[in-house]
Amino acid sequence: MQTSAFQKIYTKINNITKATCSLHADGVGYEETATVNGKLAQVVKIQGNLITLQIFSGTEGIPTNAEVIFSGHAPILSVSDELSGRFFNAHGQPIDGGPEIDGKPVEIGGPSVNPVRRKQPSELIATGIAGIDLNNTLVTGQKIPFFADPDQPYNQIMAMVALRAKADKIILGGMGLTDDDYLFFKNVFENAGATDRIVSFVNTTEDPPVERLLVPDMALTAAEYFATEKNQNVLVLLTDMTLYADALSIVSNRMDQIPSKDSMPGSLYSDLARLYEKAVQFPTGGSVTIIAVTTLSGGDITHAIPDNTGYITEGQLFLRKDSDIGKVIIDPFRSLSRLKQLVIGKKTGEDHPQVMNTAVRLFADAANAKTKSENGFDLTDYDQRTLKFAKEYSNQLLAVDINIEIEEMINTGWKLFNKYFTKSEIGIKDEIYEKYGNL
Amino acid sequence: MSVRKSKFNKIKMNTKGKVKGIIANLVIVEADGPVSQNEICYIIMYDVKLMAEVIKITGNNAYIQVFESTRGLKVNTIVEFTGHMLEATLGPGILSKNFDGLQHDLDKMEGIFLKKGDYAPALEDDKLWEFKPISDIGDIVIPGSWLGEVKENWMPHKIMVPFKFQGKYSVKSIAAAGKYSINDTIAVLYDSNKNEIPITMVQKWPVKIPIKAYKKKPRPFKLMETGIRVIDSLNPIVEGGTGFIPGPFGTGKTVLQHALSKQAEADMIIIAACGERANEVVEIFAEFPKLDDPRTGRKLTERTTIIANTSNMPVAAREASVYTAMTIAEYYRSMGLKILLLADSTSRWAQALREMSNRMEELPGPDAFPMDLPAIISNFYARAGFVYLNNGKSGSVTFIGTVSPAGGNLKEPVTESTKKVARCFYALSQERADSKRYPAIEAVDSYSKYIEYPELQKYIKENISEKWVDNIMLAKNILIRGKETYEQINILGNDSVPVDYHQQFWKSEVVDFVILQQDAFDTVDASTPIERQQYMMEKVLNIYRLNFKFESFEEVNPYFKRIINTCKQMNYSKYKSKKFKIFETELEEIIQERT
Repeated sequence: MQTSAFQKIYTKINNITKATCSLHADGVGYEETATVNGKLAQVVKIQGNLITLQIFSGTEGIPTNAEVIFSGHAPILSVSDELSGRFFNAHGQPIDGGPEIDGKPVEIGGPSVNPVRRKQPSELIATGIAGIDLNNTLVTGQKIPFFADPDQPYNQIMAMVALRAKADKIILGGMGLTDDDYLFFKNVFENAGATDRIVSFVNTTEDPPVERLLVPDMALTAAEYFATEKNQNVLVLLTDMTLYADALSIVSNRMDQIPSKDSMPGSLYSDLARLYEKAVQFPTGGSVTIIAVTTLSGGDITHAIPDNTGYITEGQLFLRKDSDIGKVIIDPFRSLSRLKQLVIGKKTGEDHPQVMNTAVRLFADAANAKTKSENGFDLTDYDQRTLKFAKEYSNQLLAVDINIEIEEMINTGWKLFNKYFTKSEIGIKDEIYEKYGNL
Repeated sequence: MSVRKSKFNKIKMNTKGKVKGIIANLVIVEADGPVSQNEICYIIMYDVKLMAEVIKITGNNAYIQVFESTRGLKVNTIVEFTGHMLEATLGPGILSKNFDGLQHDLDKMEGIFLKKGDYAPALEDDKLWEFKPISDIGDIVIPGSWLGEVKENWMPHKIMVPFKFQGKYSVKSIAAAGKYSINDTIAVLYDSNKNEIPITMVQKWPVKIPIKAYKKKPRPFKLMETGIRVIDSLNPIVEGGTGFIPGPFGTGKTVLQHALSKQAEADMIIIAACGERANEVVEIFAEFPKLDDPRTGRKLTERTTIIANTSNMPVAAREASVYTAMTIAEYYRSMGLKILLLADSTSRWAQALREMSNRMEELPGPDAFPMDLPAIISNFYARAGFVYLNNGKSGSVTFIGTVSPAGGNLKEPVTESTKKVARCFYALSQERADSKRYPAIEAVDSYSKYIEYPELQKYIKENISEKWVDNIMLAKNILIRGKETYEQINILGNDSVPVDYHQQFWKSEVVDFVILQQDAFDTVDASTPIERQQYMMEKVLNIYRLNFKFESFEEVNPYFKRIINTCKQMNYSKYKSKKFKIFETELEEIIQERT
């Protein structure tokens, strides 16, 4: 960061902790950025003229006579069309060797959209994956995470979804990405010839963890620029939000705050909501859609991070390995898209909702039958049929390697129903059955 | 520092202060005069004023929570204290509005993004209302007495003697029928010293203090119809009652609240969207102007007011939002109206309290929530109720809040504190949601304490049916026994239990599928009037009472599935329509087969 003519330089630091330092200074604004010996920092507390700065990359090697320069503003990102196709670090500085962005400086983490100015999301996002399109349909302006154990291919699936989603811009916010995953994203986007519609903000495992806190705000500020000024449909990918939350807990711990559940700060809900709520359908046509990843520990969704996320996002896509077919599927029980009601049966076939629900209900019956057989009980003929149905359903519709049109998904559903069940077992409203069920 | 005598008294000279410290939205201000707890103040930052509330005072330092982001705020910034607590503005024009948590009119704010310090007033000053006097010159009136009324949408909005007044007054003059704006004087009162006091259509009231301008608050006794079968037919709520809906995410809390707001038999619905998703509020904004109120035939928006403080809006205003909503509810109750107040979700409000308590470095209670959380929750629920007004009329505020228990664990502080005060408990179950049995209310674990009220039992017997209460007990019993037999079948195996066990279980499934489950997205099934609920309940209980003949357990499942399927088709058909009757005959035929 450049020093301009009238900036006052402070050189006496009073306290230094692992992540913060404090000094006496005047005229400093809350959340203002500063540099401490060239390291980026932000004001987190003001008591009289004692200013506490959080240093993103840690305080290692900072002397008490370090040079502190205040910028006079909150963290900013320069926005313009030039962002397209570029890679940045958490501070918004290019890491791809290209030039600095010439654009309008915007403070990140800006104000919220007035709820009465939001438009109700209504545009379906097709991904070709039936576990999503059929059972948990996505809509522009939605926010939804993948809930996945760390060993699942969530980044691959997310990249696939992003490329198929036909968004005008894709903004990648990588937090604690391994270098391999970072290169994976880079390659996939390059191979798809999509680089020019992608902007990436990346904090890898090599970077200081606290810097991650800036990544989602950077990504979302860029997204808001394209969505409001260019009226584009922007898809924001945030991976991995669990690592973001971990960084929050590190900071709150160092600030001596009392932790609540699972050592997370008491403000976790608000902190996450502030980001996820940036997903919006603007009245002017642009939109911001957020697809995130929240990694779980052993599938436990009661942990504070997935739990709070679930209360904020509009559903979740739960990845699970189906041992019966040996593939990763989108779990129809634990997954949910809250906005699907806005499009299914309206932008898709009228029979979509009933086919979706019936298939899931029969899949649940199969799960019961499986438990029964595991407990050593005889299975009825119906049980046997549900098991066969479940296997085909899993293979032909739930597996993540599917890429078909929604109409075909619905037809596959009907085919499987008629193959294994009677009309009363299917239990679909008569008029719908008569109209669509007899293929 | 002197303490002012009354919380309502205006102070002579406004106290000012200077910012001394900033930690997120907690700001420490050094004041130059008297300051009161919960007083509202404004931070004068450049050209905008940031609204804040005093939450702690030590010596000359006032700790204030700012209802906005404090980004860019500097020490020594000037703060102006207002001398009053956070107040709701009460008058004609509240209905159909969309407010933020501090009752600013969201539709009047410019731009797509909320601007810091952009506070649009709650009511329109220039709008004219058709006023009709109710009281006469010489009438003796007290706070809450009706002086006149205006038509607000279709509702008679009473203009009342302000609640802040104390004692008796007499009417010196009252405006003739005609058009007036809210700030016009519509009456002049004499107080006991013959001082003349002009009255306008608008008054203010501090949101944290209950409005008590009523004669008495008896135990509630009137059933409030919601059209949701698992509520009305199994766990009924009453006018002026309280209930809460805890549930893990994805179990349908919001869909249920929306269904309640669309169908409940109330004059006015107030929705406090407190710290929840913005798109859910947008759904209401988009749908309610199009949907008809089944009772009046008017649009749903006409009877709805929304207080939207979504999760990305300032945290401190979240707490205020539920109080603002309750105060508006109490105001309309004083007009003799039936109000349903829905808050989604009270857990977010509790979390806002926790964030602030944490910043003030208070010693934490369980899960880091403030120690007085149970007291705050119970005081709030206590503001609901059925009241007799001083003029003999009655009004009610029914309150239903959702709770979002962390990790779906009902043993957490917010759920436990709420359980102690709310009389209806609608437990949403993950298991039911997973198997798409919506609404996912676990009928057996849920309860309504009101069923035990002799007042309500009497009311139901006189107004609905003699058997209603007994039917509730029987239906619950069937469900409990069904659950037990299901477990036994699972333990012992299908063929090791008597065939009757299977029958017992499937009869409970009939209750589950036909009564409990309801399709909120189907135009017919979404709302079931009481008469129809009774009809179907009798049908289902009748099936329960019959003894069907089966040779082997394998016949039970497909047979009952046919019964369920036919009953569901009935649920999907218009009540007593031709289609409905065809399915009914079909059902009779199926029943004949095995009896």
